[in-house]
Amino acid sequence: MKLVKPEVAPEIEAATLREMYRSMLLARMVDERCWLLNRGGKAPFVISCQGQEGAQVGSVFALDRGQDWFAPYYRDLAVVLALGETPRDILLSVMGKAGEPNSGARQMPSHFGSRRLRIISQGSSVGTQALHAVGTALASRSRGEAAVSISYVGEGGTSQGDYHEAMNFASVHRLPVIFFVENNNYAISVPLNLQMAVQDVAVRAAGYNMPGVVVDGQDVPEVYRVTKEAADRARAGDGPSLIEAKVHRFTSHSSDDDQRVYRPEAEIKQEAQEDCLPRFRDHLFEEGALTQEQETALRTELRKQIDDATQAAEDAPYPAPEEALLHVYGQEPPSLDDLRGEPRVTWDVD
Amino acid sequence: MAGLGSHKTVETSAGQMTFIQAIQSAMRDEMERDESVIVMGEDVGVKGGVFGATAGLHKQFGGLRVIDTPLAESSIAGVAIGAAINGMRPVAEMQFADFIHPAFNQIVSEAAKMRYRTNNDFSVPMVIRAPFGGGVHGALYHSQSVEAFFAHVPGLKVVIPSTPYDAKGLLISAIRDPDPVLFFEHKKAYRLIKGEVPEGENYTVPIGRARVARQGNHMSVFAYGLMVHYCVQAAEEMAKEGHSVEVIDLRTVRPLDRQAIKSSVEKTGKALIVYEANRTLGVGAEVSALIAEECFEYLDGPVLRLGGPDVPAMPFSAPMENFFMPNPEKIYKAMRQLAAY
Amino acid sequence: MAHGATITEGGVTKVTMPQLGESVTEGQISRWLKQPGDAVEKYEALVEVITDKVNAEVPSPIAGVLAEINVQEGETVAVGTLICSIGSVAGGPAAEAPVVEAGSGGAAAGVAEGMGAAPSAGGTPVVADTAPAPVGAAPSAAAPGSNGHDRAGRASPAVRRLADEHNLDISQVKGSGIGGRVTKRDVEEFLAAGGQARASGPSEAASQPPPAAMPPPAPPAPAPGPPSAQPRPGDELVALTPIRKAIAEHMVRSRQTSPHAWCATEVDMSSVVELRKGEREKFRGREGIDLTYVPFVIKATVEALKDHPEVNAQWTAEGILRRKAINISVAVSSPGGLMVPVIHDADMLSIAGLAHKLNDVATRARAGQLKLPDIEGGTFCVNNPGTFGTVISAPIINQPQAAIMTMEAIVKRPVVLPGDVIGIRSMMFMGLSFDHRVMDGLEAATFLVDVKKNLEAMAPGLPVY
Repeated sequence: MKLVKPEVAPEIEAATLREMYRSMLLARMVDERCWLLNRGGKAPFVISCQGQEGAQVGSVFALDRGQDWFAPYYRDLAVVLALGETPRDILLSVMGKAGEPNSGARQMPSHFGSRRLRIISQGSSVGTQALHAVGTALASRSRGEAAVSISYVGEGGTSQGDYHEAMNFASVHRLPVIFFVENNNYAISVPLNLQMAVQDVAVRAAGYNMPGVVVDGQDVPEVYRVTKEAADRARAGDGPSLIEAKVHRFTSHSSDDDQRVYRPEAEIKQEAQEDCLPRFRDHLFEEGALTQEQETALRTELRKQIDDATQAAEDAPYPAPEEALLHVYGQEPPSLDDLRGEPRVTWDVD
Repeated sequence: MAGLGSHKTVETSAGQMTFIQAIQSAMRDEMERDESVIVMGEDVGVKGGVFGATAGLHKQFGGLRVIDTPLAESSIAGVAIGAAINGMRPVAEMQFADFIHPAFNQIVSEAAKMRYRTNNDFSVPMVIRAPFGGGVHGALYHSQSVEAFFAHVPGLKVVIPSTPYDAKGLLISAIRDPDPVLFFEHKKAYRLIKGEVPEGENYTVPIGRARVARQGNHMSVFAYGLMVHYCVQAAEEMAKEGHSVEVIDLRTVRPLDRQAIKSSVEKTGKALIVYEANRTLGVGAEVSALIAEECFEYLDGPVLRLGGPDVPAMPFSAPMENFFMPNPEKIYKAMRQLAAY
Repeated sequence: MAHGATITEGGVTKVTMPQLGESVTEGQISRWLKQPGDAVEKYEALVEVITDKVNAEVPSPIAGVLAEINVQEGETVAVGTLICSIGSVAGGPAAEAPVVEAGSGGAAAGVAEGMGAAPSAGGTPVVADTAPAPVGAAPSAAAPGSNGHDRAGRASPAVRRLADEHNLDISQVKGSGIGGRVTKRDVEEFLAAGGQARASGPSEAASQPPPAAMPPPAPPAPAPGPPSAQPRPGDELVALTPIRKAIAEHMVRSRQTSPHAWCATEVDMSSVVELRKGEREKFRGREGIDLTYVPFVIKATVEALKDHPEVNAQWTAEGILRRKAINISVAVSSPGGLMVPVIHDADMLSIAGLAHKLNDVATRARAGQLKLPDIEGGTFCVNNPGTFGTVISAPIINQPQAAIMTMEAIVKRPVVLPGDVIGIRSMMFMGLSFDHRVMDGLEAATFLVDVKKNLEAMAPGLPVY
């Protein structure tokens, strides 16, 4: 294998830049729609990507969609939309409707997973997915494939033992893995200084003998560049990398949380000024990759798409209750009734 | 704590294998047959495992398929899950069942739920092998029986063979199974138990089916792993006194072979469950509840359980260890109690 | 560190094969490092042992002189086997010395040995037995209920079931179980032994049936007579009641008269279950009676009979007589036996009306208050063995009718629904025994399928009045 190390920032074509912006904007607008539905009583639970779209989209576009494996965490709405999930998929998911593709409406919203899109399913136990990314990388390498696995996590998730075990395993076996941390400074309410005794998660990389870089998550091209570099290293057989994107969390942890209780108002206001979305838009304007008219048309188009998706999700049926008995094993038991909680022996009492 | 030096083949007569040779043989056959089968765990490489279960595999298949992992059980399970998701069939070894607990979350929250939580989109065809059980001076952390923790979890299968023939046939079935299988091997059986295993013959034993280890009419005794052998010994003693004891080797504790359990109890009317794990809330509880619920009208006596005592684990000192372990004598006493009822 | 376990007596210590590692059960003597007559220090290496797990030197447990080697180089022996003996001073072989097992704890080998768990040689007691009596040493013999508690009068579910099946009075059987309990095995042996068992039994005289009751007078029926049976000990003869005789005669006659053919279909009762669930409480409140499934089935049957007059018929020498009236016979089990009262003009009644009529005749049947008109004139029979839990049954035609239909237990089962979806539905089999002289399979089957269709079309919202 050839060792590839770009010396300069890669050129991103205008069409790709527009596509990236479209992904970010779509994620923001879908996310806002989910909150609207939550406050309207139609979506029981929402957890957000707002503020982190730049880091998410920048990293996805640096990878090979269709070949590489993605292990997102619950905030990665922009990741999965960029990979091919649709607004309709997401809206079915927040309403728990039949046809929801991630889990058949079994999991809470934002627990993504799709074999077709190579999105590794995740549970709610934080940090476990890093090991799955390592395992998929081990399998890819076993077969001599060039696929890279990327594991996303918040900075809180890096405190888990599984996360450290994953970095160690990947590095010992020089596996093609990217550990991508979206550090938004808060794990629900716990601030960074109570989460870890270091300023940057990236310094952890040294302990596992892998490169660790800090990148401004608001700077989409820069996120793209460092991710591309890590992917090239991985494909060249040089092992894993750790990327820490410093991002902002605009919303409360979830629809069940109120961050005003534990975050200074000034900080929230300040971060809102640094939104990756207008920043990237202006960058595209400057580069001549996007015009104001195109941007307005894009918003109209996405709005229509999301409206249609909302209507479709509202019209969709719920899953049949007994579907809860399906897919425990690859081979279903002779009778699904064997799985029921009711007494197995019954008699007619009429 | 395991041994020094290299492993040698235990001498056995033609067609005979020890329990651990059968385990080795199953993995070798499957690795030869299917390139996606890989073995991973602590010391499974050059050393061939602390008990020798993977002896020779590293030499034959190389370090990419027989992988020595860091000493971190959660990573062994978690990486195996990832590899299984991406097309491999990992056989992960926990060096001792006692050390599986750090991997509990990966096994129970991830592997077991993967198919269900993705509505059948993903599956985890993975085997986790672990030596379990006591009677070998292993004390608290090299003697545990952990099957009940996992047998409680839908999405997992829990297999515990007692003979070399079943060990090989069931391990092959486990490797080919589309879902995660926990495969517990009684470490005292490794070299103690020898038996016929067809040479060079590819065969499987189905998961989820019990086996009649000894036929009888007057009571049914249910066991798995090493305890099957002890129960058969005790049953032979009972036979001398005119009591015909049926011993059922459950072989799989999840899913239980309900039909085999029911058929036997419907025939005999009496049931005893023997297991080495702590008595309370173990496999014995489920088997006895099943009998109470589904065989009530056939019962001719209380359903009895003989298990390990409800203390945290098996002590080291020999008298205390013997006190903990069920043995043929204790089983015989329990059988006599039940026969007298 | 593994070293030969030892027992010392009379100045001689015996050394056995140690357990060198978990799961190891045997070892091979590789090389003796000392020969008989050699002096050995405590912990000085005596012998090299190879197992399939480790190679190790086994040290001497005591200082002394190697007296005798019992296992030669190259031999493989089980853990616990005597390998050599050591004298505390120079001397001959220690013929009488007891063995002490090698190994870390001294008790390991026993577990694998089987029953006794005792070392094979010598009189060394089992370790567990020499240990101080532990708290609650043996499982209490008391549970459940103490020994000696009188259990003679109690019968386990298994014994009751067996006794019922064989019409056996349990008190006839001598109990061998705890407290004199009659065990299942006792019953089985009693039955297998026939009269002999009772002959030696204690309650022989008391259990004799009164002579007056046996044998019954032979019925004068021309049909194959009942086999004359020699009662065996423990048998009980139940005298024939008039109603039993009537039923018996009717059944035999029906079987001899009509060539019975049988078919069945499967009905998805889910919507009927829903319908009934929605109506039941209101109905009970308004009408004071329970709304069972039977009136729904009768309603569906009546509607089908209107379309299939060939089923609502009977065979006569002159021809097949199609009945205009639809009078539904319903089988009711009463203390006296099977009764078959009739709901006349069932096609004139609503579901509620059928429920009332059914309740009326069933109540009076059970109370023995049926009058002759109540049991006459039936044109078709509906039977509900499902209430006893059956899922398939083949009934005998109620003469002179042409057919009898059963409704079976409604059970929830996974079913493949349109679109190849698996759903859980309330399913019920219905069987039809029909007189093959009167109709063929085609008529019978299309009738039965129409009943099914009628039932499946019933859904919440259907008026019961």
